[in-house]
Amino acid sequence: MSGTTITPQAPRRRNRRRGALSGRAPADTPGSVWNYLFLSLVILFSAFPLYWMLVIATSTDAALARIPPQVVPGDQLLTNLREVFSMQDVYFVQSLANSAIVSSVVTVAVLFFCSLAGFAFAKLRFKGRNALMVIVILTLTVPNQLGVVALYIVMGKIGWNGTLLAVIVPGLVSAFGVFYMRQFILEAVPDELVEAARIDGATTMRIYASVVLPAVRPALAVLGLLTFVGTWNDFQWPLITLNGTDYPTSMVALSDLASGNYVLYRRVLAGALVATIPLLIMLFIGGRQIVRGIMEGAIKS
Amino acid sequence: MSTTRATPAAPPGGPAGRPAGRGEPDRHRWRNRLHRFDMRYTPYLLVAPFFLLFLVFGLFPIIFNGVVALRHWRLDDPTLTGWAGAANFEKLLTDDDFWNALYNTFGIFLLSTVPQLTLALVIASVLNRRLRAQTWFRVGVLLPYVTPITASTLVFAVVFARDTGVANWVLSVLHLAGDEPIDWRSAKWSSWTVLATMVNWKWIGYNALLYLAAMQSIPRDIYEAAAVDGAGVWRQLWRITVPMIRPVVIFTVVLSTIGGLQLFTEPMLLEQNAQAATGGANGEWQTIAQLIYKVGWKDLNLGYAAAMSWGLFLIIVVVSALNALITNRLGGGKR
Repeated sequence: MSGTTITPQAPRRRNRRRGALSGRAPADTPGSVWNYLFLSLVILFSAFPLYWMLVIATSTDAALARIPPQVVPGDQLLTNLREVFSMQDVYFVQSLANSAIVSSVVTVAVLFFCSLAGFAFAKLRFKGRNALMVIVILTLTVPNQLGVVALYIVMGKIGWNGTLLAVIVPGLVSAFGVFYMRQFILEAVPDELVEAARIDGATTMRIYASVVLPAVRPALAVLGLLTFVGTWNDFQWPLITLNGTDYPTSMVALSDLASGNYVLYRRVLAGALVATIPLLIMLFIGGRQIVRGIMEGAIKS
Repeated sequence: MSTTRATPAAPPGGPAGRPAGRGEPDRHRWRNRLHRFDMRYTPYLLVAPFFLLFLVFGLFPIIFNGVVALRHWRLDDPTLTGWAGAANFEKLLTDDDFWNALYNTFGIFLLSTVPQLTLALVIASVLNRRLRAQTWFRVGVLLPYVTPITASTLVFAVVFARDTGVANWVLSVLHLAGDEPIDWRSAKWSSWTVLATMVNWKWIGYNALLYLAAMQSIPRDIYEAAAVDGAGVWRQLWRITVPMIRPVVIFTVVLSTIGGLQLFTEPMLLEQNAQAATGGANGEWQTIAQLIYKVGWKDLNLGYAAAMSWGLFLIIVVVSALNALITNRLGGGKR
């Protein structure tokens, strides 16, 4: 401040000071009409394939072959769904159940194992902790997918190919999950609390159960949503290991529906719609958390 | 403690007594040992599941992949598992399919990454303003993220159909189409465009949120200073925002490199006969990941597929490093 008068009361926040010349930080600028218009277009673009899925899933073959195309949903959804669900060699109902089983088991396991490991890395002292944490972070950058050929052979040796175990077991832990939980626990659980619990004679597991778990519930919600969505949508590995068996996941079943020389898209997309709805419900319920989770993950990584 | 209470004679080893005399009761020694065991070894038990599963189903397959790549390993003839040496890799070098797939993968990767990250940046900077219904917009841009790629790809496959697709119809309504409707699947440029559109659609919102998070931690004074100096919105975006969030930009570039070079679901399901994995009649859009699937599980030549995945791995490492380097330069990091 170069003025000779000393202001007795400094402005509370610097960005509140606005002279004729001073600008505003973007975060303080109210959105203009153009901003809203732009964002609305973005949302329309984002939602378009979902809407179009609905249009196709509710139409007849004739309606889909018309030009100009039909742009509003038709009334054939039930017919199309009935066809999907009654296809003998696609096991669509079974595949939905399989996806639900796989995603739930993987999600619960990831939450449990990653919060345990995250707790250890954040609050416990042990030899080699830092080195092990570096390994966890390094595994984040190695795409597991590159080992699929060998993984397939390994699964063949244990006899798991074609069973849900082949999809579930490799997914039980995630490096991202460990990393995420560690970051959260570092901040959410004060060291003093852990110390106090120790002095009261609590074992490590006891501390995990009664101090850590209650504190990390928000992070568990986020990680759970992300894991569930990711597992449900996984395609390549389930396709490799489950294709041609009676136990596909819904994503594999969809690709079965879409394979062949004469694909009925109204039928395929009726199935796709059903397989997407659980995730839309999750976004509807947990949208805020998912957004926050992605944004928090970004700052810290 | 009142003195009137006489010290009760502690029963030796009794449950309620404090240690009487010199010798600690067994129970305490046991508890002590348990405590030390707990302090020293429980942490390893807690991190063990991660490392065990990672070793068996993550690290081992990747290493074992190297072994498989050096052998003949055919699914249709299990007896043919002899040592192949570098044969698979030599074959790779002269395999037209591999180079074609590599070319396609890079083409699609460039067509998708650049617009994707640029648009994400613009969206993020708009989302960073004071908006009504802010959460609503943020959740909205995540719709593609939760939609299964399998499902959205199938929709796009219909949208980009030659005769009945909406894309061609819109083009003709806008008088942008030629005399013939575009056969999107028949040429490299058109099929790449379609695939890049799918990838962009899927990831723009997600990247925008990553950028938004980083933008929110930029000190506000900097913008004020820039505005005082007369910098407009765009100048501020390129000169302040982008350099300030450079780490996240690098992060997203690496992320989309890894994802882009492994593109699988989209090219697979763009095809009418998805599981043939040919990527078009003449491999117009066959990607590496798709080719690996075809070689391994259609041609049943796992050894060769493993060699290909090693090739892909090396390429990813190199490209990621290059990308990080270039991004670092562009952001004004090293001069």
